[in-house]
Amino acid sequence: MSEAQTYSFFLGCVMPNRFPNLEASIRLVLPKLGINLEDLDGASCCPAPGVIRSFDEPTWLALASRNLALAEMTGHDIITGCNGCYGTFKEALAEIREHPARLKEVQKVFKGMGLKYSGKVEAKHIIEVIAELGPEVIKKKVTKPLQGIKVGVHYGCHLLKPSKNRPWKQTQRHTFLDELVEATGAESTKYKDKNICCGAGGGVRGSQVALSVDIAKEKLDNLLEAEVDCLVNVCSFCHLQYETAQAQLNKELGEKKYQIPVIYYTQLLGLAMGLDPTELGLDKHVINTQPLLDKILG
Amino acid sequence: MANGITRETIDNEDIDIDFVDKIVKSGADRIRTCIQCGTCSSVCPSGRRTAFRTRELIRKALLGLKDEVLSSPDLWLCSTCYTCLERCPRQIKVTDAIIIMRNMAVDNGFMLPQHKKASQKLLSTGHAVPIDDANKEIRKDLGLDEIPPTTHANKKALDQVQEIMKRTGFKELIEGVKKEDD
Repeated sequence: MSEAQTYSFFLGCVMPNRFPNLEASIRLVLPKLGINLEDLDGASCCPAPGVIRSFDEPTWLALASRNLALAEMTGHDIITGCNGCYGTFKEALAEIREHPARLKEVQKVFKGMGLKYSGKVEAKHIIEVIAELGPEVIKKKVTKPLQGIKVGVHYGCHLLKPSKNRPWKQTQRHTFLDELVEATGAESTKYKDKNICCGAGGGVRGSQVALSVDIAKEKLDNLLEAEVDCLVNVCSFCHLQYETAQAQLNKELGEKKYQIPVIYYTQLLGLAMGLDPTELGLDKHVINTQPLLDKILG
Repeated sequence: MANGITRETIDNEDIDIDFVDKIVKSGADRIRTCIQCGTCSSVCPSGRRTAFRTRELIRKALLGLKDEVLSSPDLWLCSTCYTCLERCPRQIKVTDAIIIMRNMAVDNGFMLPQHKKASQKLLSTGHAVPIDDANKEIRKDLGLDEIPPTTHANKKALDQVQEIMKRTGFKELIEGVKKEDD
């Protein structure tokens, strides 16, 4: 990478307002990979594809377009660390590009607001630009290989689907995140039903808590069986789901059966780059990350 | 019949012949090609543990059972994982169809209280999940701005977001205030 890339960093809701430790790890690690982040001042909720889009699609499209317009006006592509926000931006861009009338509809809503929007901006995911660098480049950044760490990789749904509108290879079994995890020296462990949904999306987490936690539990049980040291994810909403679902299940059981540290990819990579766990926000988790840190730091 | 179990009969007046047209027009264009194979139900993470059957929902929509579909709690059990859409042998945009039907449900007054609450938060703060005191502290601890650089820190931006939601009718939809011309 000869030239540094700059992106408009879209925070969303869950990351800055519930898991700012993930935000801190992204802000710390990405510049070290040659990826600069600029704050997207005044951005709002993406808005959430499963809820707001389910309630009133034109409102979802208008607000998503406003966030995209803010980035477009800075001249940078938008980048997010949440699969939900990523889904919203990818789908909103596809909608206005496939149906020019929808772009006109949005521009009409924006009238007199000083928002210039043509839809030429692109939406990227944090893990997408890291994958573009590739595992070989990541390996070169690793100073403290995470040997002996067994990771359960979780991709999340909206990172990959609908596949027609995603940049990845057309396959039901992706490996790019596994490869990026293994570039840190850790092992991506096989486990049952790896591609199952976290259960948080579509407004299910908000309105059907028991169902939502039960979907999360299926993966957590499979991860316990595979005896992983941690779950690694790339979505703030999946992250929230696996952190809070474990706490809730433990409360219901009256015992701490579920203690799987839930780690965002940039936190894992940061550890392999020898960065300070506190600066990576690893002391700010719902599920204690200390057993993992002990194993890594010895 | 015994134990209150009755034969389910579909009356002609339950059928809205325009219902599928509206779903198709909103983007789920291949829905009529459904062969009821059940692939959608078999891959559904919600269907694994509830009585929600995606295939049944699609069949009812195709029959035009508008009121039954729009008032059904099943409509809200989908986590929008898109697995059914990916696997459908007829390439029907199943998830999109569900989202379209949810929009129709909300338009017809069916909205869960938790979803109304999240919408109200979006209306008042620009975020469906706004900042709280505990997380302000955590942000400070991490060396981040205590208030994130979003609508939370920018009144003008929040005004703009609120104006957009007024113009699209979202404010009226959620707060139930009727438009003047109603």
